[in-house]
Amino acid sequence: MTAYTATVTVRLKRGVLDPEAETTRKALERLGFDLEELRAADRFEIDLDADSEEEAGERAEKMAERLLANPTIHDYSVEVEGR
Amino acid sequence: MTVAVVRFGGSNCDRDAARALSYLGIENEVVWHEDGLSEDVMGVVLPGGFSYGDYLRAGAMAARSPIMREVREAADAGVPVLGICNGAQIGCESGLTPGAFTTNESARFQCEPVHLRVERADTPWTARYEAGDVLEIPIAHGEGRYEIREDRLAELEADDRVLFRYCTPEGEVAPSSNPNGSRGAVAGVLGERETVAVLMPHPERATLPSVGTTDGGGILRGFA
Repeated sequence: MTAYTATVTVRLKRGVLDPEAETTRKALERLGFDLEELRAADRFEIDLDADSEEEAGERAEKMAERLLANPTIHDYSVEVEGR
Repeated sequence: MTVAVVRFGGSNCDRDAARALSYLGIENEVVWHEDGLSEDVMGVVLPGGFSYGDYLRAGAMAARSPIMREVREAADAGVPVLGICNGAQIGCESGLTPGAFTTNESARFQCEPVHLRVERADTPWTARYEAGDVLEIPIAHGEGRYEIREDRLAELEADDRVLFRYCTPEGEVAPSSNPNGSRGAVAGVLGERETVAVLMPHPERATLPSVGTTDGGGILRGFA
Protein backbone atom coordinates (compact mmCIF):
# COMPACT_ATOMS: atom_id res chain seq x y z
CA MET A 1 0.00 0.00 0.00
CA THR A 2 1.24 3.45 -0.87
CA ALA A 3 0.12 6.78 0.51
CA TYR A 4 -1.54 9.07 -2.02
CA THR A 5 -3.37 12.35 -2.08
CA ALA A 6 -6.25 12.41 -4.54
CA THR A 7 -7.40 15.90 -5.41
CA VAL A 8 -10.98 16.14 -6.64
CA THR A 9 -11.98 19.41 -8.28
CA VAL A 10 -15.72 19.99 -8.67
CA ARG A 11 -16.89 22.83 -10.89
CA LEU A 12 -20.17 23.92 -12.40
CA LYS A 13 -20.77 22.73 -15.94
CA ARG A 14 -20.24 25.37 -18.60
CA GLY A 15 -23.42 27.34 -19.03
CA VAL A 16 -24.67 26.88 -15.47
CA LEU A 17 -24.94 30.28 -13.83
CA ASP A 18 -22.75 30.84 -10.77
CA PRO A 19 -24.14 33.89 -8.93
CA GLU A 20 -21.50 33.72 -6.18
CA ALA A 21 -18.65 33.75 -8.70
CA GLU A 22 -20.36 36.62 -10.51
CA THR A 23 -20.65 38.58 -7.26
CA THR A 24 -16.97 37.89 -6.56
CA ARG A 25 -16.01 39.07 -10.05
CA LYS A 26 -17.90 42.32 -9.53
CA ALA A 27 -16.21 42.83 -6.16
CA LEU A 28 -12.78 42.42 -7.78
CA GLU A 29 -13.74 44.96 -10.43
CA ARG A 30 -14.82 47.38 -7.74
CA LEU A 31 -11.34 47.00 -6.27
CA GLY A 32 -9.95 48.16 -9.60
CA PHE A 33 -8.94 44.80 -11.08
CA ASP A 34 -9.49 44.18 -14.74
CA LEU A 35 -10.83 40.70 -15.58
CA GLU A 36 -12.95 39.00 -18.18
CA GLU A 37 -14.57 36.21 -16.22
CA LEU A 38 -14.19 34.36 -12.94
CA ARG A 39 -15.00 30.72 -12.29
CA ALA A 40 -15.07 29.18 -8.83
CA ALA A 41 -14.57 25.51 -8.01
CA ASP A 42 -14.54 23.27 -4.96
CA ARG A 43 -11.34 21.33 -4.32
CA PHE A 44 -11.20 18.27 -2.08
CA GLU A 45 -7.84 16.83 -1.05
CA ILE A 46 -8.27 13.22 0.01
CA ASP A 47 -5.43 11.34 1.70
CA LEU A 48 -5.72 7.59 1.19
CA ASP A 49 -3.66 4.43 0.96
CA ALA A 50 -3.96 2.31 -2.17
CA ASP A 51 -2.10 -0.39 -4.07
CA SER A 52 -1.58 1.85 -7.07
CA GLU A 53 -2.12 5.34 -8.37
CA GLU A 54 -4.88 3.97 -10.60
CA GLU A 55 -6.72 2.44 -7.65
CA ALA A 56 -6.42 5.66 -5.66
CA GLY A 57 -7.84 7.56 -8.62
CA GLU A 58 -10.72 5.14 -9.09
CA ARG A 59 -11.69 5.38 -5.46
CA ALA A 60 -11.62 9.17 -5.53
CA GLU A 61 -13.68 9.12 -8.71
CA LYS A 62 -16.34 7.00 -6.98
CA MET A 63 -16.40 9.48 -4.12
CA ALA A 64 -16.98 12.29 -6.59
CA GLU A 65 -19.77 10.40 -8.30
CA ARG A 66 -21.50 9.33 -5.11
CA LEU A 67 -21.31 12.56 -3.14
CA LEU A 68 -18.81 15.29 -3.95
CA ALA A 69 -20.32 16.27 -7.31
CA ASN A 70 -23.91 16.53 -8.47
CA PRO A 71 -23.90 15.27 -12.08
CA THR A 72 -26.86 17.51 -12.96
CA ILE A 73 -24.80 20.67 -12.52
CA HIS A 74 -21.17 19.63 -12.02
CA ASP A 75 -18.16 18.30 -13.88
CA TYR A 76 -15.25 16.99 -11.86
CA SER A 77 -11.64 15.99 -12.34
CA VAL A 78 -9.32 13.83 -10.24
CA GLU A 79 -5.56 14.09 -9.85
CA VAL A 80 -3.46 11.70 -7.79
CA GLU A 81 -0.03 12.27 -6.29
CA GLY A 82 2.14 10.24 -3.96
CA ARG A 83 2.41 11.68 -0.49
CA MET B 1 -51.16 4.53 9.38
CA THR B 2 -49.76 8.02 9.55
CA VAL B 3 -47.80 10.48 7.46
CA ALA B 4 -44.15 10.61 8.58
CA VAL B 5 -42.56 14.06 8.70
CA VAL B 6 -38.88 13.20 8.61
CA ARG B 7 -36.72 15.31 10.88
CA PHE B 8 -33.03 15.54 10.04
CA GLY B 9 -30.49 17.42 12.12
CA GLY B 10 -31.14 20.97 10.94
CA SER B 11 -34.73 20.51 9.76
CA ASN B 12 -36.77 23.47 10.98
CA CYS B 13 -40.12 23.26 9.19
CA ASP B 14 -40.98 19.79 10.50
CA ARG B 15 -43.33 21.09 13.19
CA ASP B 16 -44.93 23.58 10.80
CA ALA B 17 -45.65 20.72 8.40
CA ALA B 18 -47.01 18.53 11.21
CA ARG B 19 -49.24 21.33 12.46
CA ALA B 20 -50.58 22.08 8.99
CA LEU B 21 -51.31 18.39 8.38
CA SER B 22 -53.06 18.10 11.74
CA TYR B 23 -55.15 21.17 10.93
CA LEU B 24 -56.27 19.37 7.77
CA GLY B 25 -57.16 16.29 9.81
CA ILE B 26 -54.29 14.23 8.41
CA GLU B 27 -52.74 11.97 11.01
CA ASN B 28 -49.00 12.49 11.20
CA GLU B 29 -45.91 12.17 13.33
CA VAL B 30 -42.47 13.71 13.28
CA VAL B 31 -39.94 10.91 12.78
CA TRP B 32 -36.26 11.33 13.64
CA HIS B 33 -34.31 10.15 10.61
CA GLU B 34 -32.27 7.61 12.56
CA ASP B 35 -35.46 5.89 13.76
CA GLY B 36 -36.53 4.96 10.23
CA LEU B 37 -40.01 4.70 8.73
CA SER B 38 -42.69 2.41 10.09
CA GLU B 39 -43.77 -0.32 7.69
CA ASP B 40 -47.33 0.96 7.34
CA VAL B 41 -46.31 4.57 6.68
CA MET B 42 -48.98 6.17 4.48
CA GLY B 43 -47.03 9.22 3.39
CA VAL B 44 -43.69 10.98 3.80
CA VAL B 45 -42.93 14.69 4.12
CA LEU B 46 -39.33 15.79 3.67
CA PRO B 47 -39.60 19.17 5.40
CA GLY B 48 -37.75 22.43 5.00
CA GLY B 49 -34.75 23.59 6.94
CA PHE B 50 -30.99 23.34 6.72
CA SER B 51 -30.24 19.65 7.12
CA TYR B 52 -26.60 19.05 7.96
CA GLY B 53 -26.05 22.80 7.84
CA ASP B 54 -26.34 22.73 4.04
CA TYR B 55 -22.76 21.43 4.04
CA LEU B 56 -21.35 20.58 0.61
CA ARG B 57 -24.67 21.39 -1.12
CA ALA B 58 -28.16 21.93 0.27
CA GLY B 59 -29.70 18.50 0.82
CA ALA B 60 -26.59 16.54 -0.21
CA MET B 61 -25.92 14.88 3.14
CA ALA B 62 -29.53 14.09 4.05
CA ALA B 63 -30.10 12.63 0.56
CA ARG B 64 -27.47 10.01 1.31
CA SER B 65 -28.59 9.15 4.85
CA PRO B 66 -29.97 5.64 5.47
CA ILE B 67 -33.62 6.68 5.88
CA MET B 68 -33.65 7.86 2.27
CA ARG B 69 -33.34 4.26 1.10
CA GLU B 70 -36.55 3.57 3.01
CA VAL B 71 -38.16 6.67 1.54
CA ARG B 72 -37.23 5.49 -1.96
CA GLU B 73 -38.65 2.02 -1.28
CA ALA B 74 -41.85 3.56 0.03
CA ALA B 75 -42.05 5.86 -3.01
CA ASP B 76 -41.52 2.91 -5.35
CA ALA B 77 -44.37 1.12 -3.56
CA GLY B 78 -46.68 4.04 -4.29
CA VAL B 79 -46.53 5.82 -0.91
CA PRO B 80 -46.95 9.59 -1.48
CA VAL B 81 -43.76 11.57 -0.85
CA LEU B 82 -43.63 15.38 -0.76
CA GLY B 83 -40.37 17.34 -0.47
CA ILE B 84 -40.69 20.97 0.58
CA CYS B 85 -37.83 23.49 0.26
CA ASN B 86 -34.85 21.71 1.83
CA GLY B 87 -36.91 18.57 1.35
CA ALA B 88 -37.09 19.42 -2.36
CA GLN B 89 -33.32 19.82 -2.46
CA ILE B 90 -33.01 16.45 -0.72
CA GLY B 91 -35.45 14.91 -3.21
CA CYS B 92 -33.40 16.07 -6.18
CA GLU B 93 -30.05 15.22 -4.56
CA SER B 94 -31.33 11.70 -3.88
CA GLY B 95 -32.61 11.23 -7.42
CA LEU B 96 -36.25 10.87 -6.32
CA THR B 97 -36.98 13.83 -8.57
CA PRO B 98 -35.04 15.16 -11.57
CA GLY B 99 -32.84 18.25 -11.71
CA ALA B 100 -31.13 20.21 -8.96
CA PHE B 101 -31.81 23.27 -6.85
CA THR B 102 -28.86 25.60 -6.56
CA THR B 103 -27.91 29.17 -5.64
CA ASN B 104 -30.54 31.81 -6.40
CA GLU B 105 -29.73 34.10 -9.30
CA SER B 106 -29.61 36.94 -6.77
CA ALA B 107 -27.03 35.01 -4.68
CA ARG B 108 -29.19 35.99 -1.69
CA PHE B 109 -31.58 34.25 0.67
CA GLN B 110 -35.10 35.26 -0.35
CA CYS B 111 -38.13 35.12 1.92
CA GLU B 112 -41.23 36.46 0.21
CA PRO B 113 -44.69 35.52 -1.05
CA VAL B 114 -44.72 34.28 -4.67
CA HIS B 115 -47.36 33.13 -7.10
CA LEU B 116 -47.44 29.64 -8.54
CA ARG B 117 -49.35 28.37 -11.52
CA VAL B 118 -50.78 24.89 -11.24
CA GLU B 119 -49.58 23.16 -14.40
CA ARG B 120 -51.75 20.06 -14.07
CA ALA B 121 -54.54 19.09 -11.74
CA ASP B 122 -54.60 15.31 -12.16
CA THR B 123 -52.07 14.54 -9.41
CA PRO B 124 -52.71 13.94 -5.70
CA TRP B 125 -50.99 17.26 -4.94
CA THR B 126 -53.11 19.36 -7.25
CA ALA B 127 -56.42 17.50 -7.36
CA ARG B 128 -58.01 20.30 -5.27
CA TYR B 129 -57.14 22.85 -7.92
CA GLU B 130 -57.75 23.43 -11.62
CA ALA B 131 -54.90 23.56 -14.11
CA GLY B 132 -54.02 27.23 -14.50
CA ASP B 133 -55.03 28.18 -10.94
CA VAL B 134 -52.72 30.70 -9.29
CA LEU B 135 -51.65 30.06 -5.70
CA GLU B 136 -49.99 32.52 -3.35
CA ILE B 137 -47.43 30.68 -1.23
CA PRO B 138 -44.22 31.94 0.40
CA ILE B 139 -40.68 30.96 -0.50
CA ALA B 140 -37.75 31.06 1.93
CA HIS B 141 -34.55 29.86 0.34
CA GLY B 142 -31.06 30.74 -0.80
CA GLU B 143 -30.71 27.76 -3.12
CA GLY B 144 -33.95 27.42 -5.01
CA ARG B 145 -32.90 27.99 -8.61
CA TYR B 146 -34.00 24.94 -10.55
CA GLU B 147 -31.28 23.70 -12.87
CA ILE B 148 -31.50 20.94 -15.42
CA ARG B 149 -30.15 20.40 -18.92
CA GLU B 150 -32.35 22.02 -21.56
CA ASP B 151 -33.06 18.70 -23.26
CA ARG B 152 -33.97 17.06 -19.94
CA LEU B 153 -36.34 19.93 -19.17
CA ALA B 154 -37.94 19.46 -22.59
CA GLU B 155 -38.43 15.78 -21.76
CA LEU B 156 -40.00 16.65 -18.40
CA GLU B 157 -42.32 19.11 -20.09
CA ALA B 158 -43.25 16.54 -22.74
CA ASP B 159 -43.98 14.04 -19.95
CA ASP B 160 -46.05 16.65 -18.06
CA ARG B 161 -43.88 16.42 -14.97
CA VAL B 162 -43.65 20.14 -14.22
CA LEU B 163 -46.17 20.63 -11.43
CA PHE B 164 -45.83 24.34 -10.55
CA ARG B 165 -44.25 27.35 -12.23
CA TYR B 166 -43.57 30.79 -10.78
CA CYS B 167 -45.96 33.28 -12.34
CA THR B 168 -47.51 36.74 -12.03
CA PRO B 169 -50.66 37.18 -9.91
CA GLU B 170 -52.54 36.84 -13.21
CA GLY B 171 -50.94 33.50 -13.97
CA GLU B 172 -48.48 34.62 -16.63
CA VAL B 173 -45.04 33.04 -16.56
CA ALA B 174 -42.65 35.95 -17.07
CA PRO B 175 -39.00 36.69 -16.22
CA SER B 176 -40.20 39.29 -13.70
CA SER B 177 -42.20 36.67 -11.80
CA ASN B 178 -39.32 34.21 -11.53
CA PRO B 179 -37.89 34.92 -8.07
CA ASN B 180 -34.67 32.90 -8.29
CA GLY B 181 -33.81 32.38 -11.94
CA SER B 182 -35.20 28.84 -12.10
CA ARG B 183 -34.93 27.24 -15.52
CA GLY B 184 -38.36 27.13 -17.09
CA ALA B 185 -39.65 29.02 -14.01
CA VAL B 186 -40.01 25.58 -12.43
CA ALA B 187 -41.09 25.74 -8.79
CA GLY B 188 -42.10 22.10 -8.37
CA VAL B 189 -41.67 18.83 -10.26
CA LEU B 190 -42.94 15.28 -10.13
CA GLY B 191 -40.81 12.18 -9.69
CA GLU B 192 -41.25 9.12 -11.85
CA ARG B 193 -44.62 8.59 -10.19
CA GLU B 194 -47.25 11.27 -9.73
CA THR B 195 -47.27 10.38 -6.04
CA VAL B 196 -43.77 11.83 -5.63
CA ALA B 197 -43.35 15.61 -5.84
CA VAL B 198 -41.04 18.34 -4.65
CA LEU B 199 -41.45 22.11 -4.53
CA MET B 200 -39.42 25.01 -3.16
CA PRO B 201 -42.34 27.14 -1.87
CA HIS B 202 -43.83 26.31 1.52
CA PRO B 203 -47.43 25.05 1.37
CA GLU B 204 -47.33 24.36 5.12
CA ARG B 205 -46.88 28.10 5.67
CA ALA B 206 -50.00 28.78 3.62
CA THR B 207 -52.44 26.37 5.24
CA LEU B 208 -53.44 27.73 8.66
CA PRO B 209 -55.83 30.69 8.32
CA SER B 210 -54.10 32.40 11.24
CA VAL B 211 -50.84 32.86 9.32
CA GLY B 212 -51.96 34.18 5.95
CA THR B 213 -53.23 32.66 2.74
CA THR B 214 -54.52 29.10 2.80
CA ASP B 215 -53.68 28.40 -0.83
CA GLY B 216 -51.18 25.68 0.07
CA GLY B 217 -53.57 23.44 1.98
CA GLY B 218 -54.70 21.67 -1.16
CA ILE B 219 -51.17 20.46 -1.82
CA LEU B 220 -50.92 18.85 1.63
CA ARG B 221 -54.35 17.30 1.12
CA GLY B 222 -52.57 15.04 -1.34
CA PHE B 223 -51.98 12.86 1.72
CA ALA B 224 -55.65 12.68 2.69
